[in-house]
Amino acid sequence: PSLHLPRRMADEAPFQILHNEVIQYIYTSAENGETENGRNITKLENMGFRVGQGLIERLTKDTARFKDELDIMKFICKDFWTCVFKKQIDNLRTNHQGIYVLQDNKFRLLGQLSAGKQYLDQAPKYLAFTCGLVRGALSNLGVKSIVTAEVSIMPACKPLVIHRQVTY
Amino acid sequence: MSRQSNRTTDSKKMNSELFTLTYGALVTQLCKDYENDEEVNKQLDKMGYNIGVRLIEDFLARSSIGRCQDFRETADVIAKVAFKMYLGITPSVTNWSPAGDEFSLILENNPLVDFVELPDNHSTLIYSNLLCGVLRGALEMVQMAVDVRFAQDTLRGDNVTEIRMKFIKRIEENLPAGDD
Repeated sequence: PSLHLPRRMADEAPFQILHNEVIQYIYTSAENGETENGRNITKLENMGFRVGQGLIERLTKDTARFKDELDIMKFICKDFWTCVFKKQIDNLRTNHQGIYVLQDNKFRLLGQLSAGKQYLDQAPKYLAFTCGLVRGALSNLGVKSIVTAEVSIMPACKPLVIHRQVTY
Repeated sequence: MSRQSNRTTDSKKMNSELFTLTYGALVTQLCKDYENDEEVNKQLDKMGYNIGVRLIEDFLARSSIGRCQDFRETADVIAKVAFKMYLGITPSVTNWSPAGDEFSLILENNPLVDFVELPDNHSTLIYSNLLCGVLRGALEMVQMAVDVRFAQDTLRGDNVTEIRMKFIKRIEENLPAGDD
């Protein structure tokens, strides 16, 4: 008899497990220390960047050009996020001056972490690749950006907030 | 040009591309980190093992396959259920040894290597070696010690990709697992 799992496609687990394994690899092959941590975060972010570029290229092959930046951000929130995480971004806010805040209330890649201090300490590792994904996707769509992410400490849901800032 | 029509198919395909693109980025990183292909191959196998150990739970939960009676059944499940589920392909099971303890999986095409070309200085890289580790780790969790290796690789000029799997022994349930 099979377990009752939440509905999700069979191709989610491989990526999630691979993502975890990549993080373990990056971190165990390096020494501890502040500079190392920063370097590792950068490595993960850069990997995500390349993947984001490749992915968006495939995803937008047959798509008409975007009207404007907001149109692009909506695409990221709907199509791109669904492609990667099987759900859309829950909330998009902007100041209409280049800063966008994307909120995911159930970010899938933090699954292994338990709530508490460890959670906040470890979370950046689990966000770096995704930030790179978004930055890479935007880059291929002609938008330069800085993408940062944070998580809230609420244990019930795990919101991911992405700030994207256009740089000129 | 409409992009609405095949949204579900596209989405599923795209997600497997997420995996293959991420895998490509990983291999690239490993090639940067290690001096030679042999080291990269070993690392891929090790990481694959760790992934297999976890992926098997997902597989068993999702497929409701019961315990396999013998190695032949295992081979069929791997080819027709697991590969199909995770990579969207069904390799053929062939070249059984007379003792029935060794077989080949023949992959006409390997999704992991779409758009991948091996650069000249990596001729001994077994690009998809992760798969060997995954199979080894997954089967260890269901009490089977196996040896898995690539016998042929389209990236290295062969016509097909062939994975050779050999049954070593049954693992007793209350002994700790092999590698760590």
